[in-house]
Amino acid sequence: MAFDTGVAVLVLGVAVWTIAARDTFAAVVGFVAYGLLLALVWVRLAAPDVALTEAAIGSGVTGGLMLGASTRLRRTDTPAVGEKPGAVLRLAAAVLCALVSAGLAAIVLLFPEPAPTLAPPAAANLEVTGLGNPVTAVLMAYRAIDTLLETVVLLLALVGIWSLAPDGIWGGFPGPRHKADSEGVLTFVAQLLVPVGILVGIYIFWVGSVAPGGEFQGATILAAMWILTMMAGQVDAPPVSQRWLRLLLIAGPAVFLAIGLAGFAMVGAFLAYPVDYAKVLIVTIEIPVTLSIAATLALLVAGPPERAPK
Amino acid sequence: MPNSATAGAFLLILAIVLPVSGVLLSLVLGGRHAERIALILMPAGLAVALTIAAAVWRTHNVLQYFVGNWSPPLGVAFRADGLSAAMMVTAAVLICGIGLFARGQFPSPQQSELRAPLVFWTLLPAVWGALNAVFIGGDLFNLYVALELLTFAAVPLVSLDGRAETLAAALRYLLFALLGSILYLLGAVLLYGAYGTLDIVLLSGHIQAGPIAWAAISLMTTGLLAKAALYPFHLWLPPAHAGAPAPASAILSGLVVKAPFFLVIRLWFDIMPRMPEPAAAQVLGILGAAAILVGSVVALRQVRLKLLIAYSTVAQIGYLFLMFPLAIKPEMGDPWNTTAWTGGVLQAISHAFAKAAMFMAAGLIAEALGHDRIAGLSGIGRALPITVFAFALGGVSLMGLPPSGGFVAKAMLLTAAVAEGQWWWAVVVLVGGLLAGGYVFLVLARALADASQPLTLLSPISPSRQGVVVALAVCAVLLGFIPLRPLELLQIGRPDIAVGGIR
Amino acid sequence: MSDAILYGLCGAVLVGLGLFGLIVHPQPLRKILAFNLIGGGVFLLFGVVARRGAAAGFGGDPVPHALIITGIVVAFAATALAIALLLRLFRETGRTTLGSDG
Repeated sequence: MAFDTGVAVLVLGVAVWTIAARDTFAAVVGFVAYGLLLALVWVRLAAPDVALTEAAIGSGVTGGLMLGASTRLRRTDTPAVGEKPGAVLRLAAAVLCALVSAGLAAIVLLFPEPAPTLAPPAAANLEVTGLGNPVTAVLMAYRAIDTLLETVVLLLALVGIWSLAPDGIWGGFPGPRHKADSEGVLTFVAQLLVPVGILVGIYIFWVGSVAPGGEFQGATILAAMWILTMMAGQVDAPPVSQRWLRLLLIAGPAVFLAIGLAGFAMVGAFLAYPVDYAKVLIVTIEIPVTLSIAATLALLVAGPPERAPK
Repeated sequence: MPNSATAGAFLLILAIVLPVSGVLLSLVLGGRHAERIALILMPAGLAVALTIAAAVWRTHNVLQYFVGNWSPPLGVAFRADGLSAAMMVTAAVLICGIGLFARGQFPSPQQSELRAPLVFWTLLPAVWGALNAVFIGGDLFNLYVALELLTFAAVPLVSLDGRAETLAAALRYLLFALLGSILYLLGAVLLYGAYGTLDIVLLSGHIQAGPIAWAAISLMTTGLLAKAALYPFHLWLPPAHAGAPAPASAILSGLVVKAPFFLVIRLWFDIMPRMPEPAAAQVLGILGAAAILVGSVVALRQVRLKLLIAYSTVAQIGYLFLMFPLAIKPEMGDPWNTTAWTGGVLQAISHAFAKAAMFMAAGLIAEALGHDRIAGLSGIGRALPITVFAFALGGVSLMGLPPSGGFVAKAMLLTAAVAEGQWWWAVVVLVGGLLAGGYVFLVLARALADASQPLTLLSPISPSRQGVVVALAVCAVLLGFIPLRPLELLQIGRPDIAVGGIR
Repeated sequence: MSDAILYGLCGAVLVGLGLFGLIVHPQPLRKILAFNLIGGGVFLLFGVVARRGAAAGFGGDPVPHALIITGIVVAFAATALAIALLLRLFRETGRTTLGSDG
């Protein structure tokens, strides 16, 4: 209990730092720390799948993206005089937010006891799905339509980011060209870490059917490895007009959709799995989904095309 | 057997799967084919929407589909009632029209892939799929994902031309939309914490008035109001809708902004009907009235045509929320059997057609003149008579003049206001109509005036595009032939229909 | 379940803090940071709901866990899009102001 109190206080303290820091770069660093602490909180709340996702995506990739942005935007850090809200507005906002927090805190204390839960039906149906990890069962079986739509959401975010390229550069290479420095630290780290990281990513994806892990967490690690090799200059980001890249990006949602429609033919409902083949089908969906999500996440970080295609 | 026996139930899946397939195919086949894929999709999607509506009408019942054969609360359900069917058909018809119109604006390149056409023709089916997912969603978290899908599809359309103002408008739109989504999600979290399910039908059975339910509904409604740009959350809408290219403005003002309104209806009439809330409904009405007055007055002062039309959207959205204080009866009876319910929904549908036509007409005018300053519109009435006529027809619906869908909608709201004794809303409706008349005539007077010098058009405007615009405006007028009483299609799926029948 | 309640209160404060940052900071990047804080608070509240629903041999209700994972991924996509818009705006204008309140 004391440990949890300490963690909670730390989380709030870092969150306050993130809001109150003057320098944006410092605030972003605080945010990354906050994300890692949140991952610890998830472990304490018996949610290892969420902890992995928070550390990988919520803190890792998001933090990296924000660090890059804050470096590029350094010059605009201090807002113009006319833009900062006056003391009255800040006070009013503080009162409003304090009320919101108080209300939510009261509701937390008012939640009904015993708590309503879907754990029993989730457990009862686990055998039908052939899986051992109930969270994966929810993501890939019970509520598979949410996961399918989520992959499309990611893809649309990428299309949106690509749409920001100037017309003449459309189809070109995302991000700046990173120079490969054969003596540099980044190259060393990349050469050392990336093969291990790829193995770890594949392992975490594979083990997700029976233990904490799964496609999102594995995909993030794979994406991080690709980002690392791009930043170290080992490989260049692919031009966005390449057919193979587009195929890689849609492979996940496309296979998901196809197997979902096949479910209608086999069992009579969209995204239903025949009992004996459930696990096989789920893994068949998860492999391309993991690859697609890894590519999408890496390209979301890389940004819109900045260099013209050859 | 949880799934409806009629074949129409699987069509619910198709309504989402077809547009999503379109998005995936467009992305992989590349920019030259994206337009063709969208054009094939449009009649198919329209057929699906019409078939769903026919199935709902024939069976006089809700079409229900449990995805993966998992029944709620563990699984996710799709449900199409009369309201869903009406909105899906509206969306399908509008998107077909807008797609045909946009062929002239985003032609596919012969050789390589171009940015704007690929992005437009990929995001058009995405918006369509997201809208369908919102209209048939039966699970609060699935609806959250659908809302995010809609936001991500709509925001890049705003900044499609890459100018600084549209980039800023797109970012502001995104931030408002994200705030709205996260407040919505927070409310859903509270509901799950209290009731252990996110399914709309199950929640409506369990929910009871209490602090958690009230907090959840307030949070979700506030979030949805921010996404619907209801006053005071309206500031993001005018620059975003005015800055987008004309077909995108038509989609945004006509359809995208109606989706959160649709969800507020679901929340208030489907989940909450047993919780008495007349005072809360009055708050929605007050905000709606403020939107009508503020939006119309600011529209009168606009210099640019597209901004005037965008502020008009802010005002017309206000009418939608007048439905709430008028349709929710203090005694917990049957709110949906009133004229106010039909009036509100008809306002949403007729405004969609009218506003899309007006934005597209403004787009054609801007293409012809090279600018959209209202002061410089003189002579365009002679140069593009069909286009200006379409604009006028749309304006007739906005003003609420007969015959038009807008007239029927506003007449129903007026009738309900007088019948309920809430005459103040009637005053707002009438004043709003007068103000709308003001800004529509402002534009038409300029457009029909003679130019001091003969007008040279920058580029020829194809008659087929003008035809599409007029067709959509005529649809808004045709809606005016709906009889002035509760519409039976919209009643399907309301629980009382088994008991009370149609009044 | 008192540790769950504790973290629930933590989540409630995070939502308020994030909302404050969103309203008060004029720079869009700080607003995006604040939005992520709100998201973290909302997910934490959901996680508390999940922990309270521990049953059937699981440490927590798996349905909210899955929904939180989906939410984290969607929030990242939103952040990426917002930052890309912001950087492009900066490239065009050299400033990051949004003008009227965001």
